[in-house]
Amino acid sequence: MSAPAGLPPRPSAPPPLGAPAGVAQAGARPQHNGPVQHQMQFFTGYPQNYSAPSGHYAQVPSKAVPSQVDNQYGAGYYSTGYSVPAQSVLTPSVGSNLLNTQGSQQSYSKVPPHPVESAEGLGQGAISSTSYLRTNTPQSYSAFGSHYSTSVSSSVASQGFPLNSGHYAMPMVSSAAYPSLSYPSMATASPYGQVFTSQSLPAIGQFKEMNAFSGQSTVVSHSLQQVPMGYRSTSWSTSDVQSAQDSLSRNHTESLAKASNQTSTVGGVDSSHLVSQNVRFIKSGVGSSVSSAVTSSERTPVDHSAQPGPVPSVTKPSESLLQEAIDSSSTTSSASPVPNNYDALEGGGFPETRSITSSPAPAPSVPPTSKTSKPFGYGYPALQPGYQNSAPPTSAMQPTNPGHHSGFQQYSQYPGMNQLSSSLGGLNLQHSQQPESLRPVNLIQDRNILPITPVPAPVPNLNSDLRKLNCSPDSFRCTLTNIPQTQTLLNKAKLPLGLLLHPFRDLTQLPVITSSTIVRCRSCRTYINPFVSFIDQRRWKCNLCYRVNDVPEEFMYNPLTRSYGEPHKRPEVQNSTVEFIASSDYMLRPPQPAVYLFVLDVSYNAVEAGYLTVLCQSLLENLDKLPGDSRTRIGFITFDSTVQFYNLQEGLSQPQMLIVSDIDDVFLPTPDSLLVNLHESKELIKDLLNALPNMFTNTRETHSALGPALQAAFKLMSPTGGRISVFQTQLPSLGAGLLHSREDPNQRSSTKGVQHLGPATDFYKKLALDCSGQQTAVDLFLLSSQYADLASLACMSKYSAGCIYYYPSFHHTHNSAQAEKLQKDLKRYLTRKIGFEAVMRIRCTKGLSIHTFHGNFFVRSTDLLSLANVNPDAGFAVQMSIEESLTDTSLVCFQTALLYTSSKGERRIRVHTLCLPVVSSLADVYAGADVQAVICLLANMAVDRSVSSSLSDSRDALVNAVVDSLSAYMSTVSNLQQSTLIAPNSLKLFPLYVLALLKQKAFRTGTSTRLDDRVYAMCQMKSQPLIHLMKMIHPNLYRIDRLTDEGAIHVNDRVVPQPPLQKLSAEKLTREGVFLMDCGSIFYIWIGKSCDNNFIKDVLGYPNYAAVPQKLTQLPELDTLSSERTRSFISWLRDSRPLNPVLQVIKDESPAKTDFFQHLIEDRTEAAFSYYEYLLQIQQQTCK
Amino acid sequence: MAFTFAAFCYMLALLLTAALIFFAIWHIIAFDELKTDYKNPIDQCNTLNPLVLPEYLIHAFFCVMFLCAAEWLTLGLNMPLLAYHIWRYMSRPVMSGPGLYDPTTIMNADILAYCQKEGWCKLAFYLLSFFYYLYGMIYVLTFPRQKDRGSCQQNADCLLTVWNKRI
Repeated sequence: MSAPAGLPPRPSAPPPLGAPAGVAQAGARPQHNGPVQHQMQFFTGYPQNYSAPSGHYAQVPSKAVPSQVDNQYGAGYYSTGYSVPAQSVLTPSVGSNLLNTQGSQQSYSKVPPHPVESAEGLGQGAISSTSYLRTNTPQSYSAFGSHYSTSVSSSVASQGFPLNSGHYAMPMVSSAAYPSLSYPSMATASPYGQVFTSQSLPAIGQFKEMNAFSGQSTVVSHSLQQVPMGYRSTSWSTSDVQSAQDSLSRNHTESLAKASNQTSTVGGVDSSHLVSQNVRFIKSGVGSSVSSAVTSSERTPVDHSAQPGPVPSVTKPSESLLQEAIDSSSTTSSASPVPNNYDALEGGGFPETRSITSSPAPAPSVPPTSKTSKPFGYGYPALQPGYQNSAPPTSAMQPTNPGHHSGFQQYSQYPGMNQLSSSLGGLNLQHSQQPESLRPVNLIQDRNILPITPVPAPVPNLNSDLRKLNCSPDSFRCTLTNIPQTQTLLNKAKLPLGLLLHPFRDLTQLPVITSSTIVRCRSCRTYINPFVSFIDQRRWKCNLCYRVNDVPEEFMYNPLTRSYGEPHKRPEVQNSTVEFIASSDYMLRPPQPAVYLFVLDVSYNAVEAGYLTVLCQSLLENLDKLPGDSRTRIGFITFDSTVQFYNLQEGLSQPQMLIVSDIDDVFLPTPDSLLVNLHESKELIKDLLNALPNMFTNTRETHSALGPALQAAFKLMSPTGGRISVFQTQLPSLGAGLLHSREDPNQRSSTKGVQHLGPATDFYKKLALDCSGQQTAVDLFLLSSQYADLASLACMSKYSAGCIYYYPSFHHTHNSAQAEKLQKDLKRYLTRKIGFEAVMRIRCTKGLSIHTFHGNFFVRSTDLLSLANVNPDAGFAVQMSIEESLTDTSLVCFQTALLYTSSKGERRIRVHTLCLPVVSSLADVYAGADVQAVICLLANMAVDRSVSSSLSDSRDALVNAVVDSLSAYMSTVSNLQQSTLIAPNSLKLFPLYVLALLKQKAFRTGTSTRLDDRVYAMCQMKSQPLIHLMKMIHPNLYRIDRLTDEGAIHVNDRVVPQPPLQKLSAEKLTREGVFLMDCGSIFYIWIGKSCDNNFIKDVLGYPNYAAVPQKLTQLPELDTLSSERTRSFISWLRDSRPLNPVLQVIKDESPAKTDFFQHLIEDRTEAAFSYYEYLLQIQQQTCK
Repeated sequence: MAFTFAAFCYMLALLLTAALIFFAIWHIIAFDELKTDYKNPIDQCNTLNPLVLPEYLIHAFFCVMFLCAAEWLTLGLNMPLLAYHIWRYMSRPVMSGPGLYDPTTIMNADILAYCQKEGWCKLAFYLLSFFYYLYGMIYVLTFPRQKDRGSCQQNADCLLTVWNKRI
């Protein structure tokens, strides 16, 4: 898999492989070199090292420590076998490698075990032994956990390295496999979770380090000496051989690094060191860089300079070697435990062979020293950080432990890898041939998993012609871009199969076809599309049901080119998204006019909130922009404890209010003049809108008769159909559909279970169904400051294909952010496109069938959705199942046809067709997984599950989705050993997104969440299109205080900077920075305390941080470069979505910052895991 | 040959089960129509929902009859279905009217498949129980319960002896 880095080591691999085994075994000590080498080779990437330690942990405790281990652990450890073995290890290597190394080895010998340990050991002397003992004890292991975390971070950082990355691909795989072994053990060790924040070393680690430090300072000198030696050794070794030597040298270097770090830093300082190193090497380095780190990092450069230029090829191995070396050092110490594993895994002989090979190799390699040396330098820095992170804590306190563990893992795992690779030779075809999307990613080690640019949709593996024709992923996406052949295969993959649709999206380019005959398949009624095949000029074969149809005469003529006889050049066959103007065959009645009815709450509560002002203002502004034609009609109903109608009949001097107080049996006072033509009665309407906000200012009516008002609205609308917009500010308390408060505020943060996610009454559902039957959609605007039972109210929109907006604690002056949001939403809402009396049918290739629909609509039949209204912001999801095997076809197609009446009274059909390949192997299924689509579909399914079953059930289901799919992947596709968490590249974000889902308002537990907020989040998940939903689930975080034109794009003559995406963790936030979080419907700008005054001055227009007000929702237009860049970036983000998001500037100390921080989903909260803890949990479950 | 209450219960159950078989078939057909697109789910639910409670009540009714007739085996055979009916009705979706089927969820493939399966299972159960009741009726008619009569006889004998002693 990891071809680049892995390859170089491999040649030597066979011997090394053997070597590790030997190491593992007790007798192996002399052969330590061998093992070391192995490790070196294996470890291409940092992460591996880390993983290895973890593995050790687990292994040691779990497996009864081998006798050898015991010995080591014992007080006698140093004096007896251990020192000897260590020496032997070193010595052999030295002897074989170089005289210089021997010197170092001697030092080693003094030190008990491995170089790393030795460093520590040396320094510690007698003390060290005690420390060892400590480490040996099981407790020490837990401590390791903490180390682990640190190590992880470092590893990530290392990966971040540009240099490494190239190499990485290969190494990663190997590492993944190996680590996997180690990992399970990790998981078992409970300590991890706590460790998590790891970058600052855990307390345990620190104090251990402290202890170690005293010892280590002496060590440092040793290590320093060793380092040079190590280099030399490396220099001579060829790439293959190098590994062994490198390992030695690395050990040295590592020890040095550690020593240096440790010496310089004490306790917490170490962590900083680590961090800083990372930073240096890695761009992505941890936010908190420490200057102290420089010491270690500097050394490496020096080394570089000393050594001549490296050969690039060599460098890669060297890096890997370095890492390995680190590992190896640890391994040596851990050697005793290793043997057991190793034996069990692979049997004896290996170690010897390895050592042998390594020793000879070094000699020949000696000349090339110069070449190798450089790699060292390279690798060195990168390695060190990782090393330090992982190792330092351990080394200090538990020198032996870390080493042991790490060694352990390395041994067991690496040997495994080596063996694999060696035995298979170049057989790792899988790896080499795997597409990028299948590249295994070790989730636990790969910390910078989030790409710096937004994740693109995967492209189906089709030939280029079909690919060009295929439907845009924005409108039509499938969770698996490679469709499995059978349901069995799909079940094996443990991924949901489904479609995500955004059918009525605003399109800039849409071919509209007017023709008297719309060509469709005669049996399945599929619209002709680019994926049909023309058998000859006169016949075409349907791609969904395979029926052969005739090409009608009219179709032979191509209106675009004005040519005859080229049916395959028609626009229908050239575009996968087309719109037909439908004939009268597609109408049950004449196209309806656009009809808008506003049902407004005017009770005391509503007047207090003051939404009427905003609404009337927006309506007045947009009255002319309401979509429609000359027939457009509009009406108003208001209600409190009675229902008020407004007679706006043309010719009246002023609007006439008609009050119906019989709410038990509502009737329409004057059926004809309540819905009036917009254009004819415009003056009256304007008068009404101007008067409305002040009409009820003195009301004392607190009741709300929503139900009767809706019944009246339904009666009013039923002759035509149209859109009802309901504005509600409280729990309906009178008449039909009255609701009672069901929320218990004390249960808001309960972890047990959330009740009342379903409706309390079916009144609203029935009403919605009635409305839907009369082609009327109900849109709900809920502006409630208190519980309003959205779960029940939402039904009126859910089943009538409406949409739901919720503005918690809305107040026109006190909550200006919400007021602004309402205003912007209304603007969009009133002016966006609208389709009336719509139906949508989804067809798919024979063999596939639709299982479940998600979204706001009414399902009329198995493949037909009834949408009273359709709007461009509505998304739908469809779960599919495979009913018959698809073996006889290589392509499947999905077609959605949306038949609607436009606001101009035209009947239109919008057709999208998506074509996907069918595959028969599980690997291909994983390769084609579209993680965003999977997540969105899962979110929809989880919402259903939480309503029908329970919230905890759906949370479990979400976690299980990750566990099942990853373990299925690991057990079937990746043949590597599975003790770590590996995901194909296509799914590497899967666990992260699921964690994000679990932390959504909809699904979170333990954090105080109002029931209405939760239900609203669920409604949004069901009805939002993928692109918006993904922003909601996983917001984008950018750092905007240093925008540059580097990589900027040009849009409409504007330069739009493209800052990289940051991962959602507080670790990325720095006090000096300013960050923009794009949550889809809202932008947060978070300003750090020590933010640069220039930025505040240039962009925000305030002199300093203190002067920035708490509530700031707009950026001033300043004539500075940074202001221009920031504004153009924000407006670019805004332009990319229909809802104009609200901007909220948050200062670091403002109370609103919790809104911001709750989106940092990778961090731990009181009630939820951090990403790393969560990964460990997943890992634990996958390895069960 | 004796026309007992138990025999009456069996005859009644026989007739009612025939009605239940009709209900089951009706359900199966209805769901099949839904699946094949012939009917609007709202209409279909409106026709099906009023039938649910009658079916359950009929079944519960002759269960009670068997209880009164002390036909323990027959009652035992019907208990699972009775319990299932109670559970099913308790866990129905929120609805104001009687019935089980919600037009908004009925088209979900899982629910539709479940309802169809339920229909077939019930049909099989009713058919089997139809023949069982037939057999039970004949059995009860031809072999009136010896045990019951025996106990009565014994009681009568006891009484007689007591009386005799008193006298």
